[in-house]
Amino acid sequence: MLITCPYCGPRDVIEFTYQGDGNRERPDSASQNFEAWNAYVYDRLNPAGDHNEIWQHSGGCRAHLRVVRNTLTHEISSVAFVRGDHQGRGDHGSAARRKAEDKA
Amino acid sequence: MVERQSPEPLSPLEPEFHVGSHGNFEHGVEIILTETRPGSIVQLAAWPGEEKKLIAAIRTVTGLALPDGAGGGLSDGVKSVFGFAPGKFTVADEAEGLAAAFAKVVTPAIGTVTDLSHGRIAIRIAGPKAEWVLAKFFAIDFALPAFPVGAGRSTTHHDIFAQIQRTSADQFDIYVFRSFARSFWKALCHASEEVGYEVQ
Ligand SMILES: [Zn+2]
Repeated sequence: MLITCPYCGPRDVIEFTYQGDGNRERPDSASQNFEAWNAYVYDRLNPAGDHNEIWQHSGGCRAHLRVVRNTLTHEISSVAFVRGDHQGRGDHGSAARRKAEDKA
Repeated sequence: MVERQSPEPLSPLEPEFHVGSHGNFEHGVEIILTETRPGSIVQLAAWPGEEKKLIAAIRTVTGLALPDGAGGGLSDGVKSVFGFAPGKFTVADEAEGLAAAFAKVVTPAIGTVTDLSHGRIAIRIAGPKAEWVLAKFFAIDFALPAFPVGAGRSTTHHDIFAQIQRTSADQFDIYVFRSFARSFWKALCHASEEVGYEVQ
């Protein structure tokens, strides 16, 4: 599987790290809404088809990427930087970043 | 910034650095391996929106005008610069003191300066089979149209980072972690054996 990084160009999947489902909406850290937290942690769409995902080009430019991957064919129909797309799209960017920082 | 003191820089390759011709060289040497030992290796990062100011600072300090585009770079044989990530650049200089020079120009509002002079080493692979040998290590396109002279690439070999700059049609400078350099060097020597290589 190749992922075309917007900075580095097409690269083998071994250079990338999966950072999770790109559809999640992370509740505010102070939120006590347990249903929202439960949904954030456990609820997944698990589609047979196009899926919004967050990947990091960890073995290259280290940018976090918003990837649309078809779970049936592995075809990748779109790749974009996570950086700069927070506006109006919840907290995806910082959530992905925080997850990466937690891992590091 | 504290000026670093390095009275006697030692090469991490020393025990495995054997000057001379090796491998299958009876029909000619097709690979030249060297350590370029730059005095300075610095990484620069711009905050979002400050990239142009950082590129201007690189020009002020090094005299090198970065070309547009991802991974763009150039080298004048003494100083080298290339992009390795959005808004991030590696700069190397034969002389020491590059980090201090950048610290004067790259203000905290523009971005950051990280002195990696003791953290990385630069290995040069040159010769007609350089592309061919590197293709054994890295899953990237080394052909000249895809990887032009001066350009940089950020990639990995067995999960270990490497930054590669093409410094001529058949020459590449590879920046690797100092602690992994000897292992990488030995692998590079083994990979070059079948075409004959010379260590200079
Ligand atoms: Zn990349």
